[in-house]
Amino acid sequence: MIWNEEIECMPPDEMKKLQLKRLQDTVKRAYENVPYYKKRFDEEGIKPEDIKTLDDIQKLPLTTKDDLRAAYPFGMFAVPRREIVEVHTSSGTTGKPTVSGYTREDIKIWSEVMARGLTMFGLTEDDIIQNTHGYGLFTGGFGVHYGAQNIGATVIPISTGQTRRQIEIMKDFGTTVLIVTPSYGLYLAEVVEDEGFTKEDLSLKSIGFGAEMWTEEMRQELQKRFDAPAYNIYGLTEIMGPGIALECSEQDGLHVMEDHFYPEIIDSETTEVLGDGEKGELVLTTLTRHGMPIIRFRTKDVTSLKSETCPCGRSHRKIDRITGRTDDMLKIRGVAVFPSQIEKALLKMDGIEPHYQIIATRPQHLDELEVRVETSPQLFSDEVKELVGIKKKIEDLIHNEIGLRVQVTLVEPKTLPRSEGKAVRVIDKREL
Amino acid sequence: MRIKQLSIFLENKKGRMRNALDVLAEGGFNIRALSIADTSDFGILRLIVPEPDKAKEILEKNNFVVKMGYVIAVEMSDQPGGLSTILGILDDSDINLDYLYAFVDEKEERAIVLLHPEDINAGIEALKNAGGTIIPSKDVYNW
Repeated sequence: MIWNEEIECMPPDEMKKLQLKRLQDTVKRAYENVPYYKKRFDEEGIKPEDIKTLDDIQKLPLTTKDDLRAAYPFGMFAVPRREIVEVHTSSGTTGKPTVSGYTREDIKIWSEVMARGLTMFGLTEDDIIQNTHGYGLFTGGFGVHYGAQNIGATVIPISTGQTRRQIEIMKDFGTTVLIVTPSYGLYLAEVVEDEGFTKEDLSLKSIGFGAEMWTEEMRQELQKRFDAPAYNIYGLTEIMGPGIALECSEQDGLHVMEDHFYPEIIDSETTEVLGDGEKGELVLTTLTRHGMPIIRFRTKDVTSLKSETCPCGRSHRKIDRITGRTDDMLKIRGVAVFPSQIEKALLKMDGIEPHYQIIATRPQHLDELEVRVETSPQLFSDEVKELVGIKKKIEDLIHNEIGLRVQVTLVEPKTLPRSEGKAVRVIDKREL
Repeated sequence: MRIKQLSIFLENKKGRMRNALDVLAEGGFNIRALSIADTSDFGILRLIVPEPDKAKEILEKNNFVVKMGYVIAVEMSDQPGGLSTILGILDDSDINLDYLYAFVDEKEERAIVLLHPEDINAGIEALKNAGGTIIPSKDVYNW
């Protein structure tokens, strides 16, 4: 089923016309109402009238998280504060949080894009959706909530945590769609097993997961453990929250809601715009947002954009699964390493638990990478030489993936931290 | 003729072995014999306890990774050359030994060696043929 066929299947040419009209409107509103944009445009000698084609967007300056932070709290709002009906913020783990403001109309758009995505996952008004994303300043909880209510499904707004209760409710209420972060989903699956439930006790027909980096192997693991297909949700607080791009039943990339968000891929070092299929940093521009129009925001998420037609019938371009963050890329002895690569290598090994930790150190002016992996009954052997062999095999798999030798440490089961939100997988102890 | 042995994975970190032993103590298991194989970052704790299946279950409930394996218990004379005689039997039959550990059975005033040959059945066979005294598990548990 397609939620909004007219828009979601719109021929690309028509979409471009709509995008241009909306981009011109956004740029004008931003220039006239947000001092930050007026200043930046004036510095670059650009006027809103200079945007005559979609490609002219490249003339506009890029916006970074630091720019948004400098405008804390309400400096990026393009409407009087009384027209803002809701605010959210980023987690603030890297400094002052950034604030996102929504007008009543913006909330409607958010409900619309999330309804489109949840429809891709098979959610209908007959379903019961268990939303384990946190409700609060984090956008995850409310975004999913608005979309599901727009569809008319029954929402269980349970938030994160209380894992045993989650499972009890999943079973007793007959949850059909589950929304999780991938790491919390895997943790839930583990507790389901510990409690002695089987997947037959659950009535899940699909899983939506987001807010965190994942690998295809991790998706497979989620699907296997819950016996239901799992679909990805992409979004970020600065632009709106979840709902910017979502995955259809093809499970081959996420459709960007192009009538509301304009995607570009840039080379994160030269900021040059890259072509179809090229991997780089995703840059997003809001096309309809009123409370806080954002122009060319650098997401730091690494992906690529593809325009081929999708068998699902939707014409919106797709982004690939996010393969890294330009800022959680680790430079180890000059080589770029993404945690997702290590995860990919680990999941090639049978019997490995999907919990790991990466520790970077610099003992003697040379970077070392340690990967901690939990031992499982399948991995464990009574003999030292076999255990050493297993360690070596994991080290070889990682070496194949990243081209570097790492030190693998086997740790006791359930000793690595489990997350109930975003997983902390990397600990960088180097003093740079 | 085989004795059940529990092998437990331990990180080579302070307090890890004690944690495992505490779990067994709380479960009321008296350890008959133990040995440790250690490397720089992990160790394998090998134990002989009465009711090994129950001990395994309790350890696993406490998040330890445990493997059940088998060893042979052989009586040896508690004097110089006692162990060498037994190893000689295995050597003569071309049987490789992975590891061994020993303890003294005070009640019976004898020494017992626990052997883990690569091929446990061949080991039992060779020891029997050479007239060695293989001790059954109930005697190991209840000495």
